Amino acid sequence: MARITAGIGASHVPLIGRAIDTGDTQSDYWKPLFDGFDFTKKWIAEEKPDVIFLVYNDHATAFSLDMVPTFAIGCAEEFAPADEGFGARPVPMVEGAPDLAWHVAQSVIQQDFDLTIVNKMDVDHGLTVPLSLMYGQPKKWPVKVIPFAVNVVVYPTPSGRRCYNLGKAIRNAVESFDEDLNVQIWGTGGMSHQLQGPRAGLINQEWDKRFLDRLADKPEELADIAHVEYIRETGSEGIEMVMWLVMRGALGDNVTELHRHYHVPASNTAVGHIILESQS
Amino acid sequence: MALDKPYKDVPGTTIFDSEMARKGYHLNQFCMSLMKAENRARFKADERAYLSEWPMSEEQRQAVLDRDYNAMLALGGNIYFLAKIFSSDGKSFQYAAALMTGMSEEDYKAMMVSGGRSPDGNRYIGEGT
Ligand SMILES: [Fe+2]
Repeated sequence: MARITAGIGASHVPLIGRAIDTGDTQSDYWKPLFDGFDFTKKWIAEEKPDVIFLVYNDHATAFSLDMVPTFAIGCAEEFAPADEGFGARPVPMVEGAPDLAWHVAQSVIQQDFDLTIVNKMDVDHGLTVPLSLMYGQPKKWPVKVIPFAVNVVVYPTPSGRRCYNLGKAIRNAVESFDEDLNVQIWGTGGMSHQLQGPRAGLINQEWDKRFLDRLADKPEELADIAHVEYIRETGSEGIEMVMWLVMRGALGDNVTELHRHYHVPASNTAVGHIILESQS
Repeated sequence: MALDKPYKDVPGTTIFDSEMARKGYHLNQFCMSLMKAENRARFKADERAYLSEWPMSEEQRQAVLDRDYNAMLALGGNIYFLAKIFSSDGKSFQYAAALMTGMSEEDYKAMMVSGGRSPDGNRYIGEGT
């Protein structure tokens, strides 16, 4: 049986990818940020997950306004790193896990979440930056990935509650897959940041830390946070935190927090990172 | 019945909702076109001519020519789409963010390094003024 053993939360700022790609991770600006991922790199090398169910958002890369799926699951054999306007990141192709992805699609849709099935999609920094943070710069990613894109660009995005419940449905789906697989789920994006308008640069460290404090044991409280609170308290792009709730929902009731890191800033953004192990 | 928009009282912030997405459709799709190198080259060669190929309002075209990102936001632009314009100009998110706040890039960077803009006094329009 496949099982979801752990979850990772991590921000996915494009400039983090650039720092890795250009070998700039040890500068004064970046070192404190990357130091917080040393533990994770060692941990994941021991855990050796077979598949990452990677919850992220597309930033007007694969999806223009032609189509805006609320939840899209990548079922392809592979996904190319996208050219986001200045050439694709020099990172390996992302290998999919189509058998599990199709299984999850069928199961989750039968649990009343209407997913969009995507068979052709380039993946942007939202997906590749977290992979680089956890795995560094390998020639080939040592893991298969199911890209799961959540719309957080065109408002309204799905609610935190819906994302949390979707996570539960994903857990059911993975656990009903026959192959013996170690699956991790990652929730990416956030934490507080605003990229637009005269209020750009907003960071709310206190709010972010309270979110991290409650993620393991009080996810129900977090699932109740309204869109407008994210916008008001954490900046317009802080709404990305709903993607962490998909991850949390997929870990079951009992989780143990293994590692946490928080750093301000990466460019315009507060970077949060957490590892939660599923106990149930 | 009108849709509930409780985010309208957040200062300095434009939420890209259905109203804005409809208003900014062509502006944003123009931005997407800049993902292709050949389109970037044509845009650079004659910006006004390239913009005239898109059924945008004259106001939207002028905002693009002026690189007035706050005006583009007000006219339905979304920041992730508008990013294609400043990327084509070889500029960063931080450059654009500084521009939108009216700060110099240097001052903006310094603000971020010292912890960013506080939410205090920035939650509601008119608060603390
Ligand atoms: Fe994002």
